[in-house]
Amino acid sequence: MKLSKYSQFAGIALVGTLALSACGSDNATGNGNGDGSAAPQAGDVECVEGGGTLSGAGASSQENAMAAWKAVWEGACEGSVVEYDAVGSGAGRSQFIEGGVAFAGSDAALDEAETEDATERCNGAEVVNLPAYIAPIAVAFNLEGVDSLNLTPEVIADIFNQEITNWNDDAIAEANPDADLPDQEIVPVNRSDESGTTENFVAYLAEAAPDNWPHEVSGNWPIDPVEAAQGSSGVVNAIEGGEGTIGYVDASHVGELGTVAVGVGEEFVEYSPEAAAAIVDASQPREENTENDHAIDLDYTTEEAGVYPIVLVSYHVACMEYEEQADADLVKSFLSYVISEEGQQAAADEAGAAPLSQETRDALTGTIEQISAAS
Amino acid sequence: MTTTDSSATARIPKGKRRLGDVVFAGSARGAGILILLILAGVATFLLIQSVPSLMANTGNFLTSTEWDPNTNEEPRFGVAALIFGTVLAALIALVLATPVAIGIALFIVYYAPRRLAAILGYVVDLLAAIPSVVYGLWGVVYLVGELRPFYGMLETYLGWIPLFAGPVSSTGRTMLSAGLVLAVMILPIITAMSRDVFQQVPQANREAALALGATRWEMIRMAVLPFGRPGVIGGAMLGMGRALGETMAVAMILSPSLVISPFLLQSGNQTIAAHIALEYPEASGFGVSALIAAGLVLFAITLAVNMGARFVVSRRKEFV
Amino acid sequence: MTTATENTATGAAGDGPPLRTASMHTRTLPGWFPPVLLVACAAVVSGALFALGSFHPASATVLTALVYLIAIVVASAVVENGRKATDRLVTGIVYCCFVLAMVPLVSLLTTVVVNGVRRFDLYFLSVSMNGVIPSMDAGGVYHAIVGTLVITGIATAISVPVGLLTAIYVVEYGRGRLKAAITFFVDVMTGIPSIVAGLFVVALWIMIFGPGQTNGLAGAISLSVLMIPVVVRSSEEMLRLVPADLREASYALGVPKWLTIVKVVLPTAVAGLTTGIMLALARVIGETAPLILTAGTSSTRINANPAEGQMMSLPVFIYQQVRAMGSSGDAGVFSEERAWAAALTLILVVMLLFLAARLVSRFFSPKLGR
Repeated sequence: MKLSKYSQFAGIALVGTLALSACGSDNATGNGNGDGSAAPQAGDVECVEGGGTLSGAGASSQENAMAAWKAVWEGACEGSVVEYDAVGSGAGRSQFIEGGVAFAGSDAALDEAETEDATERCNGAEVVNLPAYIAPIAVAFNLEGVDSLNLTPEVIADIFNQEITNWNDDAIAEANPDADLPDQEIVPVNRSDESGTTENFVAYLAEAAPDNWPHEVSGNWPIDPVEAAQGSSGVVNAIEGGEGTIGYVDASHVGELGTVAVGVGEEFVEYSPEAAAAIVDASQPREENTENDHAIDLDYTTEEAGVYPIVLVSYHVACMEYEEQADADLVKSFLSYVISEEGQQAAADEAGAAPLSQETRDALTGTIEQISAAS
Repeated sequence: MTTTDSSATARIPKGKRRLGDVVFAGSARGAGILILLILAGVATFLLIQSVPSLMANTGNFLTSTEWDPNTNEEPRFGVAALIFGTVLAALIALVLATPVAIGIALFIVYYAPRRLAAILGYVVDLLAAIPSVVYGLWGVVYLVGELRPFYGMLETYLGWIPLFAGPVSSTGRTMLSAGLVLAVMILPIITAMSRDVFQQVPQANREAALALGATRWEMIRMAVLPFGRPGVIGGAMLGMGRALGETMAVAMILSPSLVISPFLLQSGNQTIAAHIALEYPEASGFGVSALIAAGLVLFAITLAVNMGARFVVSRRKEFV
Repeated sequence: MTTATENTATGAAGDGPPLRTASMHTRTLPGWFPPVLLVACAAVVSGALFALGSFHPASATVLTALVYLIAIVVASAVVENGRKATDRLVTGIVYCCFVLAMVPLVSLLTTVVVNGVRRFDLYFLSVSMNGVIPSMDAGGVYHAIVGTLVITGIATAISVPVGLLTAIYVVEYGRGRLKAAITFFVDVMTGIPSIVAGLFVVALWIMIFGPGQTNGLAGAISLSVLMIPVVVRSSEEMLRLVPADLREASYALGVPKWLTIVKVVLPTAVAGLTTGIMLALARVIGETAPLILTAGTSSTRINANPAEGQMMSLPVFIYQQVRAMGSSGDAGVFSEERAWAAALTLILVVMLLFLAARLVSRFFSPKLGR
């Protein structure tokens, strides 16, 4: 008797759950609550007839840009879905090699061994690295009364290596005759987690100032930190919250902080999207590149005018030939959109990326056009 | 498995084992055995999955502070810094929470008005009901900002104690903040255990003390605390077990780095549990296996602490 | 004179009256003195802080408590005696401990409610995050609510039968070493860190399905590892409360043991069992760490199929929004608002479960008066 009363309750709960499941919707953006939600323009996306699901995995640096690309592409192409799992570059590359996903997002191009393994996955065809997402890395600081600083690579390296420990150090003052530098301790802030941002920043220091930065290049910060923070947002919080702090961070996160104009050759270059994109053109293609591969060897020591050298280049890794026609078509359609002017603009608006130059985009388009399926 | 062996209940004559009884008793027993199997499974599967990375590890797993397993060859990783951080966080929580918990338990049992006591106990239990991720959100958005000036004061006045040496982290996301939130989270556990034992103090003991003219505090000191000590210790150890394994609050609040640093006001250190939660989503190569190995270490530590706690608590029962 | 009367006599706020035995020989502070002193201290401290222009609730409270403790000890030492002064000091400290524990609770609940209501509306509850670009002022938790219901539903469906049967075994059948082992290891199991439960399923899934597989079912299994011991413990207690008379009466009528348990013992204990299960559910519904490992963190659309694809849940949703909080400009603000609103949703769910559990145990408990 008692039990039946309870089964009634269970029944009511079940009905309630079912009723609830009917009232929700996957259409979050169409309900008009989002006033500021003007979606980026699609331009002319070449859709795949009948749609399908494209799966990708990899770098979390692309997460925000990917959200924008996904929204526009899915919005323009009825029935097409792209699933991007931000599992990290390394995991993305191995999932791609294992054939779990059709493309990978990676902060580094495939190395030789990986390329070999991946060729197998690509029906023996070429594996290509497409530089689809360029994120400038800003060196940001919080120093009262100072908005902008000129720093040479050597000085930046010394600051982060804890060799220069005070803001009124002569090395800093030399390049900034106009700045009113206070007598204050420098607190360098670094990322505590393994990240592509750290890897690229450290690689820049190691190449541009090899005498001042003798550490190994990897995604982990190589020395004992003064202040470490989790993720880009953590670094920004730490810089904002402290006094005399300086750190490196994905430029899209900088906000109101002062940024460093970096010494390139004889001049100092402020970070800007155009200046950051310029390094892709100023750098050489990687030596071991095959015909359609677009991996680049970033030239951190470039002396070309107007180039901002500290950037993170994130690739989309894809096959030139896929087993399935559907995969090939979807990859082609999606990547074409990503490197289109509209796609690059969407990433710039959403994630602060530097849009690729016309020249680079033309070269990439040529490659993507040739992606095909085994038949 | 015969029903006749049940000591607690009535006996049924032998030979009358009905099918229903056999099936029901069997499934009940099966469920109990399943629990043992699950626990054994936890240990076994973790062990099996951690072996590949431990075999390939080129660093020393127990003494290294590096964490670089996300490759397909020559991973280097160790849990020394993680073990230190885990124990440090739990100790901070324990030191902060235990005295307060004893105070709350005394308050509810001996000081609060009778009618309110049950409700107040319920309110303290609410602290245990709040999900850890919400503690993390509150901690990282609200609490650390409020604590920052307080840390400045600590450094100014107590900076000569190495624990509180500066420079104070500008974010406030330090080990002390994480430990503080952990302390709040384990408060209800220690309180509940302490309340239980304080309530069981024989009335005769308490009345004897009062009859001798003792004040309430003297009664508590002479009759209640000595009697309740094993319960409080057991409760504190259970709380420590919880603090050792707590993940989200630490993962969200602490600015981690893999160093062994005793400076509570600076960023740094990391606990095993938080490290697993933060690293897992981007682990590749030997990464997952290495994290499972770290999890195995955490499992062993918490198991030891919890078994110790249960031992202390159960020994007390023999005295009563 | 029993301690019971002693306790009821301490009802006055602030401090109880001193013991009568002592009052015959020494002077005592009047009963109204401590509360009045406390109010006076608060007024003086706040006034002083306002005058100095550095008023903050936290510092005011701490200073008030300190000043009060010093004042009451001095007053008691002067009027009464040293032992009494110690007693009053301890009384003050014990009250402070309780207030201290309430500070984070109140602070947390108010911040969650104040920040959460900004975005807590029907729209937020009824849409998913599908197609929401970070900079959009849009999106909701519907997919997370569905995921939480599915995952905890399955976890409950696994844990309740296993937990209840184990409790029945321990209380009604168990004996000897197996019973002792089960009781002991259930205790041990309650102490398993939630992240280890997650790793267990990760290890299991790798062995069965290969690496990188995440779905709702994996999440549900990891939660049931955490839920089973809680269900066992609470059910055990409830079953023990069922009077032996009832069982014996049933046996006397020739009812087999299993029918006695199903028809007599369980219905008698059903209210307590339900309460215990609801409290266990309230505990696991907020678990985050195992779900990050097993059910994935990047699902944005509604997925009610536990066997296929990632599944979002309320706690993981909060965590994910917190991680996105640092994004520049509006995106970060929206993420933070979504995190608070989701936290409010989760806390409401947990509190409702708590309340429902209380009500069930209150109104459906059998009257076992003898």
